[in-house]
Amino acid sequence: MSVPVIEVERLRKQYGERTAVADVSFSVNEGEIFGILGPNGAGKTTTVECIGGLRRADGGRLRVLGLDPVGDRSRVVAELGVQLQHSELPPNLKVGEALRLYSSFYERPADWRELLEVLGLGPQAGTRYGKLSGGQQQRLSIALALVGNPRVAILDELTTGLDPAARRDTWELIESVRDRGVTILLVTHFMAEAERLCDRVAVIDTGRVVALDTPAELTARLDVQQRIRFVPSVPIEDSLLSELPEVESVSRRGDEVLVVGGADALAAVAARLARQGVLAHRLRVEQPSLDDAFLAITGRDEVADPGPRVRPLRHDR
Amino acid sequence: MTTVAYPAPTPAPAPAGAMAVRRRAFWLLARTEALLFFRNAGSVVWTALLPIVAVVVLGIVPGTRHASRSFGGLSPLQVYVPILMMYVFLMAAVNMLPAVLSSYREKGVLRRLSTTPVPPGRLLGAQGLIYLGLGVVIDVVILVVATVCGAPAPRQFGGFVVSLLLVAAATLGIGMLITAIAKTERIANALGLVTFFPLMFFAGLWIPRDKMNVPLRTISDYSPLGAGVRALQASIAGHWPPTAALLVLAGYAIVCGFAASRMFRWE
Repeated sequence: MSVPVIEVERLRKQYGERTAVADVSFSVNEGEIFGILGPNGAGKTTTVECIGGLRRADGGRLRVLGLDPVGDRSRVVAELGVQLQHSELPPNLKVGEALRLYSSFYERPADWRELLEVLGLGPQAGTRYGKLSGGQQQRLSIALALVGNPRVAILDELTTGLDPAARRDTWELIESVRDRGVTILLVTHFMAEAERLCDRVAVIDTGRVVALDTPAELTARLDVQQRIRFVPSVPIEDSLLSELPEVESVSRRGDEVLVVGGADALAAVAARLARQGVLAHRLRVEQPSLDDAFLAITGRDEVADPGPRVRPLRHDR
Repeated sequence: MTTVAYPAPTPAPAPAGAMAVRRRAFWLLARTEALLFFRNAGSVVWTALLPIVAVVVLGIVPGTRHASRSFGGLSPLQVYVPILMMYVFLMAAVNMLPAVLSSYREKGVLRRLSTTPVPPGRLLGAQGLIYLGLGVVIDVVILVVATVCGAPAPRQFGGFVVSLLLVAAATLGIGMLITAIAKTERIANALGLVTFFPLMFFAGLWIPRDKMNVPLRTISDYSPLGAGVRALQASIAGHWPPTAALLVLAGYAIVCGFAASRMFRWE
């Protein structure tokens, strides 16, 4: 049993009358990529700002590597890399200068030139921050969070504003960072990102943890229907399938048949079609994704930003 | 970015010691900020070039070297040298510093710093140091040019330096107060300008102090640069600056500095 690198117990934070974080608890193990998911305004950023020692919690207990992020500030910042949302650099500062400067803050920094190459910013070393593209600025921001060779990294809205290719590259980078033993706390509202990267996910809504599990478990726990689409090789009657107990509904759009049913619907439909000698062309099965799990858990009909994945078809029923 | 591997930590060098790391980080920070200052053509022209050009012009035009009745028995060059010297500090501390710092606050530069071992206060320190250094260097140039062109060198040199440093402290205090009050870079710019012109007016940029009527001169005595002119002129003439003038300058530095430190927000 490994020691938790980050421990959050009953965290509470108010801004005046408004409660940003009501009651959040979780712990992150060494070497883990832990995701915090939630709609906008759920309290994700406030939570990580408290963990990063930027804000003082109003209640609860916080530990990073066994240290108090506010009380043991000087020791925590040396081991913790933070990439915050909306934090820019002076527009006239060059990429290489920024990394060199920030690496000078640490006793045992990473080699910033190598980091530059790794993040694909090598050719931009002499470029001013203000001239970088959004994706390049974001990668520089990640580089700055990693330049101190942290044991723990907090990355807030890591890939917001990146194009799909840059996003996939960044994901690979994050995995390789983790492979070096860096524990990562990732704030995101991209389900695909959480599904791909995170070992475990805490879903936060209105300042509370509403679910905490692996992405696969969160999805599996859902009692979401399977949606099966295909074009039959010969015309079939709806009743052929709708009489099956596993099937809830059958509908058509042009040649395509859409069958909605429970977890065993696919097996039943396939068996029935086979017995009738009907082939299912262009067969597609939509499984519940983390998107569906998220929507079911938070009870909201919209994700703030659905990200690169095409949203499951929820509105065409 | 096809092959992705996170670099290994550099082989631990002999532990430099936290103190040495902090010192090196501060100097690199100050150097970087200085570099950024010089990359901003506007600030270089307004703070450094303009006053030097002005003193050279004043020094070259023959008429400005002679004592004139309308300048209270001083030559125009003599009257404007202290004003130009203070202008550098005022421009840097009240117009440049608040704009830079509030843009850093607005853009999250200070927030990012506070996640590193270098607290954002160091950045304020580095900025203050740069403007102080810049003011001193430009003022030395102004003084040398003026002396070469025939203006009398300050005879009470110690008093002159003390007065100038107090001017630097007072303007820095005012600049920090503006930074603390201004929520955005635009507000900081506006407040800087609104402060700049009256202070230059009471320093005697448009009407020399000797030509001001009594109420104006009294206000001038209590304004930071009016007090500054009094102190500098006295030490140029060979006297220790009037205590009242030094106290006014110190008062602005302390009161504004204290208020700024109470009201300052990092984000």
